[in-house]
Amino acid sequence: MASEAERKKVALRRLGDATFSKVDKVSAELFSLTYGAVVTQLLKDYEDVAAANVQLEKMGYNMGVRMVDELLAKASLAQCASFSETAEVVAKVGFKMFLGVNVEVAAATSSEFRLLLSENPLAEFVELPEECSKLEYSGLLCGVLRGALEMVQMRVECSLLRDTLWGDEVTEIRVLLKERLVEEFVDDDE
Amino acid sequence: MPAGGCLFVIVGTDDKPIYQAEFPEARSQRREDTLHLNQLTVIHAALDMVDELVWGTQAMYLKQVDRFNDFYVSAFVTASHARFMLLHDARNEDGVKQFFTDAYEAYVRLLMNPFFDSGAKVPASFDQRIRLLGKKHF
Repeated sequence: MASEAERKKVALRRLGDATFSKVDKVSAELFSLTYGAVVTQLLKDYEDVAAANVQLEKMGYNMGVRMVDELLAKASLAQCASFSETAEVVAKVGFKMFLGVNVEVAAATSSEFRLLLSENPLAEFVELPEECSKLEYSGLLCGVLRGALEMVQMRVECSLLRDTLWGDEVTEIRVLLKERLVEEFVDDDE
Repeated sequence: MPAGGCLFVIVGTDDKPIYQAEFPEARSQRREDTLHLNQLTVIHAALDMVDELVWGTQAMYLKQVDRFNDFYVSAFVTASHARFMLLHDARNEDGVKQFFTDAYEAYVRLLMNPFFDSGAKVPASFDQRIRLLGKKHF
């Protein structure tokens, strides 16, 4: 059974690599500087770290609901049998395809998993100034996960537990499954 | 500044000083203020020489640009016209050049940080990096 899971992981990693080689790429520096400009502009506009955190998460959500389609279109994925398998797909294929990084899954259960990012292209060059020490710089990723998983009928809650910018060793995102959504059909006539 | 020591100042694109450090670090505070003021004045005066020299060369390292009594002022101008000024009392051209090159690398990393804009306080990590370089080269 364990070897079965191992084999699946290897297959997913290979799929992630293959998908990553297929997609168009931009310069990592252009990417991280652009994201940096967005975050600092948000901070200027909202003048409040907590408000900027909320906005980043919302922006991520709006990206996520679109990105999941691209992921499903470019990578040929089978349906996930369990939530922990979803975790592996997110880590090995999703993150690899969009960010080109290898992400580890930790503490995966049927209702929760954690993603460990040892490298984070968003936060390259960044050092948080003291007055922004509570800023969830990579909070965008939480929003992306929430948006993407919602589009595949999973309502989740994501939070940034640790961040290299806060002085931690890795960036850790916790994903908590709240409920599986049932497709609702709304009658147009009403 | 003790004998063999140096004073390093970065003047930003908009002519504001954004960073300054002394190597080796001053141990006592005596006469610090007046000494410092004089040294800064020397560097300030040398800035005019730099602005003149910079148009005559392709190189970023301008070598020794000015001297005052037994102090030398060396300068390095970055692509964005930030000026690295170093006041030293020992001739050490290779060391200074190496130091400037390494400091430029640290400065570029600082600029890449989206939270840094000239006028803001330089983060402690940059200060540490520069002090390490100072220890290495002087």
